[in-house]
Amino acid sequence: MKNLHVKLLALVLTVIGIGLISYKSSVLGLPLKPKADAEVWTVQARLLVNGGNAGAKVELAIPDNPPNYIVLDEDFISTGWGLAVNEGKQRVADWAIRRAGKSSVLYYRVTLAADPNSNKLWDKNVPAFPEVPVYQEPHGTAIRTILKGVREESADIASYTRELLQQLNSKVPNENVELLRSDINSDQQWVRRIQSVLDGARIPNRILFGLHLGEAKNHAQLTPWLQVHTGDKWLSFDPKSGKPGLPSQFLIWKIGSEPTLLVQGVEKPAIQFSVTKSHREMVSVASARAEKLGSTLMNLSLFNLPVQTQNVYRVLLTVPIGALLVVFLRNLVGVKTFGTFMPILIALAFRETELLWGVILFSTIVAIGLLFRFYLEKLRLLLVPRLTAVVTIVVLLLAVISVASAHLGLERGLSIALFPMVILAMTIERMSLVWEERGPSEALMQGVGSLVVACIGYLVMTNVLITHVVFVFPETLLLVLATSLLMGRYTGYRLTELFRFKAAVKQGGAEG
Amino acid sequence: MFASPKQLRAQGILGLNQRNADYIMRYNQRNRYPLVDDKIMTKKLAQEAGIAVPELYGVIKTEHGIRDFSQLVESHRQFVIKPAQGAGGDGIVVVTGRSGEYFRKANGQLMTLDSLTHHLSNILSGMHSLGGLPDYAMVEYMVQFDPTFDELSYQGVPDIRVIVFQGIPVAAMIRLPTRLSDGKANLHQGAIGVGIDLKTGVTGLGVTQNRVQSFHPDTMSDTRGLVIPHWQHIMELSAKCADMVQLGYLGVDIVLDKHLGPLVLELNARPGLNVQLANDRGLLLNLRQVEALEKLPVSVKDRVDYAQHSLGC
Repeated sequence: MKNLHVKLLALVLTVIGIGLISYKSSVLGLPLKPKADAEVWTVQARLLVNGGNAGAKVELAIPDNPPNYIVLDEDFISTGWGLAVNEGKQRVADWAIRRAGKSSVLYYRVTLAADPNSNKLWDKNVPAFPEVPVYQEPHGTAIRTILKGVREESADIASYTRELLQQLNSKVPNENVELLRSDINSDQQWVRRIQSVLDGARIPNRILFGLHLGEAKNHAQLTPWLQVHTGDKWLSFDPKSGKPGLPSQFLIWKIGSEPTLLVQGVEKPAIQFSVTKSHREMVSVASARAEKLGSTLMNLSLFNLPVQTQNVYRVLLTVPIGALLVVFLRNLVGVKTFGTFMPILIALAFRETELLWGVILFSTIVAIGLLFRFYLEKLRLLLVPRLTAVVTIVVLLLAVISVASAHLGLERGLSIALFPMVILAMTIERMSLVWEERGPSEALMQGVGSLVVACIGYLVMTNVLITHVVFVFPETLLLVLATSLLMGRYTGYRLTELFRFKAAVKQGGAEG
Repeated sequence: MFASPKQLRAQGILGLNQRNADYIMRYNQRNRYPLVDDKIMTKKLAQEAGIAVPELYGVIKTEHGIRDFSQLVESHRQFVIKPAQGAGGDGIVVVTGRSGEYFRKANGQLMTLDSLTHHLSNILSGMHSLGGLPDYAMVEYMVQFDPTFDELSYQGVPDIRVIVFQGIPVAAMIRLPTRLSDGKANLHQGAIGVGIDLKTGVTGLGVTQNRVQSFHPDTMSDTRGLVIPHWQHIMELSAKCADMVQLGYLGVDIVLDKHLGPLVLELNARPGLNVQLANDRGLLLNLRQVEALEKLPVSVKDRVDYAQHSLGC
């Protein structure tokens, strides 16, 4: 196969490039689109502790890698209190102090972002079957009757639970259900009651407590939720409707019926939960996630550079894209330009001046420079001194334009300073040579060609999507490399040749 | 407006990308380029190989050496100044005579010694050379061109371009200067290219600015049916040049002198593609035919024979 080596190399580069990009976007969650923000919640549990002179101890159950979320940040604020975090079956923040004092405030604050990839964190252990509890009458009879009815209408644990919950929450309850509901005062008690009924059917179950994140709120409550174990996984159900699954934006705070808060030596305070919602750049959420996953890829990313260096790379990384554009325009289309990459340098300068001003400034300086250059031609100067003279004139022109535009109050004119004056001087020199040797039409054609390429280059290199993608995924440049390798072996016609050689076709090879 | 790539391929038209990738890069070794890029070196090689070239009067290598210029040309009323590493005919000045203090250029304009030396200095500083590197200026014999082409050229010297592939001439054209090209035989500058039959040396249709036409734009003479003198000799010279520089894909530029016959003016390792339009025949047809040969003919005579009897044109 022709060019097999190049094609294989390009293929390998493409596979590596696309592989890295898809890993970083799907696993690490780096955004493919610019300005993508992730919703970030800050959940705070506040405890106002009133104590005396005695020692005190406060234990607060706190979330442990909550499913569907990634913890970006965790804070414990507690002036004067000692803190230990116990990573047991339930994660607990353990505050202690020798003299509690009149009143002190303890905060636990956690910042989270949604992460659909982290829902495999449920406990893998298979729980034991519960013992059938000894029910008090008349509850025992009621429960047994209900269970019998449910069993007849269900096939497995999931459908059994759903059916049971539907019956228990029925809008038109029968007398058995009415009896079970009669002494229930809170959601938590209701879940406990359901649990005891499920125990009667020997179905492993547990209670969850979670917070509805949703919009910001100051007085959030832990909501109890129900889970049953099917033998290989935990299934969640709404205890008040029997709807399977967890509610959306539900942060699981703790699992099990152990109390959320335990205190010693002080009065038990109320826990005040508050939720605030904010937006953070997707990129920073992704780097936090990468850190959590222990990925070294993010450590090697450009985001770890100082901001100033980052900004340099934001520009630098687009240069190969511009160069690739030149490849396309020259080898595929056949546009003539002064110098191979001169248009790209001009395009970089346009970043500062913006397009319209850039084109006006470029044309003005080259035009005036050319006039000077034609005049210098009469003086018969040697090449290098003449180039120096042109550079000097270009710089003087830049200064004049800047001063004039400052007087006119045009700020744009000041940004001209970054115009690459040596490149401009070389452009003027080459243009004047082409002008003399090949005629004005050729010179103007190449001049306009360069300007058009510079404009397209500017548009491509400042495109928000492109600059974002190359910076966040520098491996895009591997794709650029692969493309340029393939273009290096492109032997087809250029677009302009289709025009240039059309005469050959018209004749149809009549004399061939 | 446009030809489709399929149509061009059917005609065997060679594009720039393919010329560069499949012919120049494959058949021309880079270390051989200086032999053709530096015209002084080409001239020396040609003289050693017994190939006729225009006589070199002198080489100016330094700014200092420019002083000796007037002495150098004292005994020559006519001469040509060239950058040794010039490209595309840039920087060439043809002096056809003198008028008192002045030098007369081919287009009739007069130049002072001062402006000529300025031109020399420009050449030395690399203004006309490939890549802008410092260069030498050559002063050489001005070809007394054969009157055969009087009807078909506007001032200047017409030259014959032969494309030689692996030692076998595969296409030829004659480039005729026009008023537009300022007397230069350069198609980019507006000269007209006229195809030549490899077998007979008879001219055909012309092409200028990518347009096919059958007459010279200035003299209005028909371009067709002219027999190029010494054609067999020209074919052999071209084949010999390929041996001399060992380049697989080569353009040989030859001029016809009234007294001296065919002279090799320069060689080109990156010859242009207009020869296809001038001959109304894609280069690929002959290139592919030669590439398909199991055994290339060896001697100059066999190669020319092959070109004239087996290749189309």
